[in-house]
Amino acid sequence: MSPSSSIAAEPGAVPAPDEHHEHHPSYLVDGTTVKSWLLTLDHKRIGVMYLIWVLLFFLIGGIYALIVRLELLTPGPTIIDAMTYNRAFTMHGVVMIFLFMIPAIPGAFGNFMLPLMLGAKDVAFPKLNLMSLYLLLSGAVIAIWGMINGGMDTGWTFYTPYSTHTTTTVAPILFGAFIIGFSSIATGLNFIVTTHTMRAPGITWFKMPLFVWAMYATACIQVLATPVLGLVLLLVVGENIFHFGIFDPARGGDPVLFQHLFWFYSHPAVYIMVLPAFGVMSEVVATYSRKNIFGYRAVAFSSLGIAFVGFFAWGHHMFVSGQSTFNAGVFAVLTMLVGVFTAIKVFNWVGTVYKGAVDFKTPFAYFCGFLYFTVFGGMTGVAFATASLDVPWHDTYFVVAHFHFIMVGATIMAFMAALHYWFPKMFGKTYHEGWGLVSAALIILGFNATFIPQFLLGNAGMPRRYYEYPERFQTLNVASTAGASLLAFGFIIAAVYLTYALVYGERASANPWHSRGYEWLTESPPPTHNFVGPQPTYTEEPHFYVEPEKAEVPDAV
Amino acid sequence: MQSSSVAGTPGAPHVPHVAAHFASREVQDHAARLGMWLFLATEILLFAGLFVCYANYRFAFPDAFAAASRELDLTMGTINTLVLITSSFTAAMAVHYAKEGQNKQVVWMFVLTILMALGFLVIKYFEYSHKFHVHQLPGPYYAYDKIQLPGVSMYFTIYFLSTGLHAFHVIIGMIVLGWVTLKAMRNEFNHSNYTAVELGSMYWHLVDLVWIFLFPMLYLI
Ligand code: HEM
Ligand SMILES: [Cu+2]
Repeated sequence: MSPSSSIAAEPGAVPAPDEHHEHHPSYLVDGTTVKSWLLTLDHKRIGVMYLIWVLLFFLIGGIYALIVRLELLTPGPTIIDAMTYNRAFTMHGVVMIFLFMIPAIPGAFGNFMLPLMLGAKDVAFPKLNLMSLYLLLSGAVIAIWGMINGGMDTGWTFYTPYSTHTTTTVAPILFGAFIIGFSSIATGLNFIVTTHTMRAPGITWFKMPLFVWAMYATACIQVLATPVLGLVLLLVVGENIFHFGIFDPARGGDPVLFQHLFWFYSHPAVYIMVLPAFGVMSEVVATYSRKNIFGYRAVAFSSLGIAFVGFFAWGHHMFVSGQSTFNAGVFAVLTMLVGVFTAIKVFNWVGTVYKGAVDFKTPFAYFCGFLYFTVFGGMTGVAFATASLDVPWHDTYFVVAHFHFIMVGATIMAFMAALHYWFPKMFGKTYHEGWGLVSAALIILGFNATFIPQFLLGNAGMPRRYYEYPERFQTLNVASTAGASLLAFGFIIAAVYLTYALVYGERASANPWHSRGYEWLTESPPPTHNFVGPQPTYTEEPHFYVEPEKAEVPDAV
Repeated sequence: MQSSSVAGTPGAPHVPHVAAHFASREVQDHAARLGMWLFLATEILLFAGLFVCYANYRFAFPDAFAAASRELDLTMGTINTLVLITSSFTAAMAVHYAKEGQNKQVVWMFVLTILMALGFLVIKYFEYSHKFHVHQLPGPYYAYDKIQLPGVSMYFTIYFLSTGLHAFHVIIGMIVLGWVTLKAMRNEFNHSNYTAVELGSMYWHLVDLVWIFLFPMLYLI
């Protein structure tokens, strides 16, 4: 790892100014003023800032979740009144979806890793990248301002005509979500262009890491679906202020049209949340099984397949909206197709682990949890796609449990796996493996304990978004709240040892996992322009392990 | 961090930049163009939502929509269509001149384009003020007594939303073109450096294109 020679190995490249310096500081210390962070154009710093913010939003959303769960501890009123409860679950949903799940993996890890994985010095549009972070933050500020000044009680789905009539502060929160949508579009656009134009010589489309494929598919959804959400949010804001009547049946409007437009975005949006998770896991499973991913092309194309059919499945949210039987049938079949593509991935991941030399580190523990949540949550999704089953389950806790299993379970597993897997790369420090495993176990257990009772509650008929419930549901609700506490505890442990590692952790080597992913071909933490010395050559696919190898391979760098 | 490897006009004060993270000018221009195409796609999708609303309510209230659309001023709408098509032409000419490094002509073409955009807005202003005057307004503000069919206020809701959103894009387009014009005044463009002109006029074509859809939808059918 001698910091020598030039970066300019590509044809026509421009000598970078720091070529003449002997020393290549890591991106973390290259400029230490606050301004050098806040106005940075370095994708790695932007990624780190995203990480900090989404963790904060996760905390806010988590506090709302605990309030909701505590309230449901007893059948009657427990800690808050009914209106506050409505606001709490709405804010929980809004914050978690728009401020955590959607930006988290693309914003933090996509930004950091995509250029490294493509052998590029940065994303295609660094200024747009910074702008998308600030768009996210301004949207968040506006939305949080609305939450403090009145809040909103519509649920995160903003269903009309209620949302156009409620006296709570709908407008700023929806407007905030509108701006956050622009941030999402900007990120997606940037990633698509980066993938098309910034690949280093040697990285063909079919030599791109699978995380890049997943980000690419995600970006396509972000670009193609979000504008429609933007429009529909604006319409609701307009309705709420001026009462135009577009979605108001009293004025000839059609509330079901809102649902069509909303779910046209929001169904694909669940793949905006979960596809990045799939991408992370494809990297993790290869690294810790020490095998190249089984069926690379199938995994890559199934991401695109999910992105594609995801656009034609929105109607499964509207099985009970008076849809014709024919429509319901079509949407049911299209929805199940998503299951086929996901199953392709699951089989390939399992095939990768099979006969691999598994190195059971924290990210791999999260991989196991992820596989379980994806399969279990996915199966309940297929069950839901069966229109006749959806009717009794609709708007019960079964729905809540389903989407927490698949979206939240899978995505949180991937987020935590990514955080642990790439922690040494991003910060150049190592964390305590034992604590990592303990907290992973607690989180996975906590998740099960929280949401399995909710499956049972839903099946027994407890509706979602209800403040009070009959006596007979209490045991399961207490179990769920206890599970949520366990979950919170698991996260707190992770927060503690990771923060400790940041400050006191041992220095990580360039490639502590002996991974053959491209992002490990540079130092940890990477220098400002990502690579020192001649650009790495990419002659083999990412994760090209000739045969399952034990961890004694030397550092790749 | 800037390259000047591409031959510029001799004596021209400006040399094209290649940002440090791009391998070459070609790649940088390719990225810019691809980014612009994607952005335009998102703009079309934004309007597509309104088209869906229109289709939905036209289907629900065919008579009211037919009657209401006859209330629009076809002459003004046609003039505006012609104005926009012409402005799209001048914007395209600007690209042509930029490729030849004729910055003066670029400036002229864009000034003409912007003037036509302004003309479009003025005509729109007259149309709007007439509608305000006779209370052909969206939703609860609709109070035009000659047509009182259910759903007719919905037509005007959609009319104002879509033309308003379009007019907003016209204004953004004017700002974008104005900015490119300033660059042309500084003699920045030549045969190898005209991406900004190209992107600016691409945006303008989009504004034109959306109107080409709005015009028949609102005025003709
Ligand atoms: C961390 C532990 C979490 C707990 C204990 C929890 C708990 C809950 C509960 C009890 C509800 C039902 C509210 C109701 O319908 O009355 C709910 C709804 C919801 N949660 Fe979570 N949640 C957690 C994490 C998350 C995360 C990470 C997300 C990110 C997407 C999320 C997204 C949602 C959504 C979208 C709803 C639906 C809100 C609505 O019905 O309007 N949750 N959550
Ligand atoms: Cu869905």
